[in-house]
Amino acid sequence: MAEATANGLGQHALHAGHEHEAPAAAAHADVHQEHPIKLYLVVWAWLFVLSACSYMVDYFGLHGYLRWSLILIFMILKAGLIVAFFMHMAWERLALAYAIILPPVLVLVFVAMMVFEADYTLFTRLTFFGAGP
Amino acid sequence: MAETTVTHVGQTEPRPAGWQGIAADWSSDQRAFKNVSWGKAMMWIFLLSDTFIFGCFLLSYMTARISTRVPWPNPSEVFALRIGGSDIPLILIAIMTFVLISSSGTMAMAVNFGYRRDRRKTAILMLLTAALGATFVGMQAFEWTKLISEGVRPWGNPWGAVQFGSSFFMITGFHGTHVTIGVIFLIIVARKVWRGDYDTERRGFFTSRKGHYESVEIMGLYWHFVDLVWVFIFAFFYLW
Repeated sequence: MAEATANGLGQHALHAGHEHEAPAAAAHADVHQEHPIKLYLVVWAWLFVLSACSYMVDYFGLHGYLRWSLILIFMILKAGLIVAFFMHMAWERLALAYAIILPPVLVLVFVAMMVFEADYTLFTRLTFFGAGP
Repeated sequence: MAETTVTHVGQTEPRPAGWQGIAADWSSDQRAFKNVSWGKAMMWIFLLSDTFIFGCFLLSYMTARISTRVPWPNPSEVFALRIGGSDIPLILIAIMTFVLISSSGTMAMAVNFGYRRDRRKTAILMLLTAALGATFVGMQAFEWTKLISEGVRPWGNPWGAVQFGSSFFMITGFHGTHVTIGVIFLIIVARKVWRGDYDTERRGFFTSRKGHYESVEIMGLYWHFVDLVWVFIFAFFYLW
């Protein structure tokens, strides 16, 4: 995979010397993101396996923390494979990767806030309207 | 144009006054993403904003599900199909997942063949991706029809918490819309590849900029994102 990394620091240093940007960008696009087809097939196979695993979680009726943790693990692994290999984020510069991947992580703060809020709503509903439907 | 010379801090060039000066500053060649073309960077930023949209949908679903006193309908049973005399839980959703993942695989390979300038394989793989995407939307239409005939509405359903219907229709509806738009654009880009637009650098219909095979990769980014969103919907809505 290392030889497929066409856009390292050296590549940019090469391009910085160009007088005109457009031809450099065009030439760059040609050497960009060329990986062996086998890589995609392997990632594809892994996505199938992971999807089958997460379906099995439901099929065998696992429940509780085991179910939730397995669902989350398979979900994160699948998302990571798609972003890193199919969307080529593994070969992009860190400036782009951080700019795109960090902000969604901050949504977790929002999640925490809404968990508190929803718990409070449930508490007031149970307190003032009783437990029954 | 020479981007390396204008990035020194403190070096300011004379600029026109007023709005022209503002426009000159914002249009000057200052790039944060050095080797990423504007098209790709903008697609990533669009996908980031779309992430927040779907994030908010899933958050509202989470809030509704935590805060309701009424039991949530069991998705494993709701989405079961009767095949060969026995109920198989969630089978349609599992098949939809495999279809969408396969479409992502063919798309990734289309991008690869695009950069190798293999027009034929690129176009065929993109059309295959579009066909799989259309299959996915068809199965989703079947799923909606089945649930609506069973009495699921945004305001109620036969099995439990009323918020189930509204969450389901909003989340899967928005995702299905994204898939449909993706299929349309896949066909458009596949036609351009087939015609050789990216070899002859024919100008596009929308931006009238010269086309490059990078357009296939940008199209691919959108398509993989649709698959990515489905991974989260599958985990949180159908499996949780």
